[in-house]
Amino acid sequence: MTAPHLLAPDRLPAEWRDFFALTKPRVMTLVIFTGLCGLLAAPGHIHPVLGFVAILCIAVGAGGAAALNQWWEADIDAGMKRTQKRPLPSGKMERTSARDFGVALSAASVIVMGLAINALCAVILAVSIVYYALVYTVWLKPRTPLNIVIGGGAGAFPPMIGWLAVTGHITLMPVVLFLIIFMWTPPHFWALALFVQTDYAKVGIPMLPVVAGERATRRQILGYSVLLLPLTLVPWWIGGTGVIYGVAATVLSIGFLALAMRVGLRARTGDDDRMKPEKQLFAYSILYLFALFAALVADRWALILGGHA
Amino acid sequence: MTEPVETPPLVATPDIEANRKRIIAARNRATAWVLVGFVVLFFAITIVKMKI
Repeated sequence: MTAPHLLAPDRLPAEWRDFFALTKPRVMTLVIFTGLCGLLAAPGHIHPVLGFVAILCIAVGAGGAAALNQWWEADIDAGMKRTQKRPLPSGKMERTSARDFGVALSAASVIVMGLAINALCAVILAVSIVYYALVYTVWLKPRTPLNIVIGGGAGAFPPMIGWLAVTGHITLMPVVLFLIIFMWTPPHFWALALFVQTDYAKVGIPMLPVVAGERATRRQILGYSVLLLPLTLVPWWIGGTGVIYGVAATVLSIGFLALAMRVGLRARTGDDDRMKPEKQLFAYSILYLFALFAALVADRWALILGGHA
Repeated sequence: MTEPVETPPLVATPDIEANRKRIIAARNRATAWVLVGFVVLFFAITIVKMKI
């Protein structure tokens, strides 16, 4: 007969679902999608197995970086309503487990990417993980209200990696795709920050609405959205895409700008303001990125099916 | 005289023990699937790289 285990009261080991939750699956969906679009829109051919491996490595790398982010920010997450149910702040998991899991995922993704795809993709994947887990999470986020602007670079790498997995070298197109997500990130996050700013203020994160105020944030959202419109058209102007992408980017970006103008030109009506325009902009920004990159792929495949590529 | 304070039990109750075993078994199964996935992945990569 085995002896009963001594346990701290109510303390159970973390479930596999808790580890999965550490990878921020919902954020990963967007990362996988943009990475896949970069891969499918790139000129050239990649074996489907290697294409799958490239996307898998991008996803696992993003999951590893997310786990490291939550390991570092466990105390901050515990103080915010939006994040306090995550595995670490809710006490379902020990911090060291999250750290080890994050390091293992990150290392595995970079090594497999290097072995299966190419060294350039592995290096960029490693840079993106370090950029998110160290530069953004540890250094920028607690220090500067521009954290989102510079940190946005971390989420902008996946389409670039997807593209480079096919071509193996850097050209203007993957750089433009990087810049589009880089420019999209601030209005996307600041729209969210506007309606959850009390949470950020409570835990001392210097998000722009907390530090510079709502008015300045709204102006910045508008500014970035104005710049985003011509930037999304660059792939069309430089001949990297055709008319399908051009029309889709124009329509989608005008919609983005219209919603951003509603946010940028208004002020909170009071404490009971439900922040509907800000929530609409946030929801639309996610849909926008999905649709924009889907149009990029549709454009490329129309070209292939038309026999021009 | 004060009432004795009831301390939580340090020895796992059957319910907690059963739950603990279930969680660990599920984690082991998940780990096994990941390892099998890794083997299949490396096999597939090798085949593709060797252009068999």
